[in-house]
Amino acid sequence: MRQQLCDALVARCLRPEMLFLTGDLGFMALEPLQRAMDARFINAGVAEQNMISVAAALASQGFEVWAYSIAPFCYARPFEQIRNDITFHNLPVKLIGNGGGYAYGVMGPTHHAIEDYGVLLCLPNMSVYVPVFDEDIASVVERVGASERTAYLRLGRGEHPKNYTVPAYAPWRQLTSGGGPVVVAVGPLAGSYIEICQGLPEERRPKLWAVAELPIEQNPLPEALLSQIAHTSALCVAEEHVARGGFGSELALHLVEHNIQVRRFRHLYARAHRFDRYGSQTFLRQCSKLDADSMRDAIVED
Amino acid sequence: MTPGTELLASDFANARKRLLQMHFESGVGHIGGNLSALDAMLVVFREYLREQDNFILSKGHSAGALYIALWSAGLLQEDDLKLFHKDNTLLAGHPPASGISQIRFATGSLGHGMSLSAGTALGFKLKRADARVVCLTSDGEWQEGSTWEALVFACHHRLSNLTVLVDHNNLQGLGSTNEVASMSPLWDRLRGFDVDIQVIDGHSPDAIRSALARASEGRVRLIMLRTVKGHGVSFMESRMEWHYLPLKEEQYRAAIEEISSR
Repeated sequence: MRQQLCDALVARCLRPEMLFLTGDLGFMALEPLQRAMDARFINAGVAEQNMISVAAALASQGFEVWAYSIAPFCYARPFEQIRNDITFHNLPVKLIGNGGGYAYGVMGPTHHAIEDYGVLLCLPNMSVYVPVFDEDIASVVERVGASERTAYLRLGRGEHPKNYTVPAYAPWRQLTSGGGPVVVAVGPLAGSYIEICQGLPEERRPKLWAVAELPIEQNPLPEALLSQIAHTSALCVAEEHVARGGFGSELALHLVEHNIQVRRFRHLYARAHRFDRYGSQTFLRQCSKLDADSMRDAIVED
Repeated sequence: MTPGTELLASDFANARKRLLQMHFESGVGHIGGNLSALDAMLVVFREYLREQDNFILSKGHSAGALYIALWSAGLLQEDDLKLFHKDNTLLAGHPPASGISQIRFATGSLGHGMSLSAGTALGFKLKRADARVVCLTSDGEWQEGSTWEALVFACHHRLSNLTVLVDHNNLQGLGSTNEVASMSPLWDRLRGFDVDIQVIDGHSPDAIRSALARASEGRVRLIMLRTVKGHGVSFMESRMEWHYLPLKEEQYRAAIEEISSR
């Protein structure tokens, strides 16, 4: 998604008030943006705490500030700076965390981001964007840019079957239909489930939904989804994020608070920060039973 | 804010007494570090800052001195001070996130103010604004890595519109800065940076004025204020417990009497 991000930001950077800060990352991806923005592209160096506070100060002067790093270096290292300097002052800084979930795979757990949006959504005035497909990025950049809230954009790896026509961006999208259970997946994980869902017979094929914006209070469930949940035999939520603080618990609480009964609730989530062996994102999804086969097995059990 | 005429000795004494009164009436400590920083803040607010300039208190636990400096400049009122540290007040124990226009950021967790100041100074520079930033840090705060990150950034961007005052009172939470982190005097550690460093008596108004007036030749300006924790009250001076303790009534009376008799 970095290429699409760069293209979208290059298109947007004609706005003179836009500034882009990077924590010395973006090699072989952000060079066109650097050329386009010149002095407004600021390499803040390997100093993420400072970068975030600088971003807050610049935003307080009316600049549109984007701050970029590998995901954990963007939210975990400078968490207090995000909390105190950005959100306590309701500043619309746009944080970009590249490589959400297990995207950095074999690089190891220091580079994974599987508690990012749960942690950040504890903060006031925070919105999270988890685009599903590469094709979403232009719309998401536009929405993040226009937001008056603090935003965290979790970039991942867009995945969908060959010859698949990606539906136009929306915070909620139904990707497959059928007589099976309801599956809600956060971000790119949804794209990785399309093929296996399409391969199931119509009567067992899940109603697969992709959610790309959190929290629910900022992105209410569509009526069609609510109706499906009320009538389904099972609801499965999948996310490349730990269970605690994740979307699964947020959705479950929302349904309970709104008196919507779910007969069977399954939650697929990132099981561990560190397994005994290292491997790719695909490998780590398998370890967490987040891969498409595991999802199919989980809903077939239902 | 508009820079005014030079403060008189009586202005400093009155501010010191008002600070002690405010802390005594609210039963609040952190007095020592407020008294070490107060003189510099008074000069900055009364004589140096213009409407378009910003002040950022990185050592947020000296909020009392900041409120007194704002009061001295006519930007806070008596009624405001009476609510210090009480319910439904704007004047919290550390600078608030909103409600007082001269306070741009809520500080209190050490190590944030330098970065906020650098970002503010960079914003002014990008806008080509004739505006300056003054940041006040403690000396112990230089044990925070983020403060050094900010210094590197500010130097790299040659933020000559940024002045950093360091309240070098030599005492921190559980001992002297030298006992805790062996960095004292801090100015020796900073000499390798491309900054304009001045080391002055932080309780001399003339020295503070002179340091603020000196051109920094395109560099960040660091003014190391050699200060005394608890300055102006003999039984508090250079005593670590006054980092924390509130005043008892007899101590308050004695402190006021001592300041008044000078």
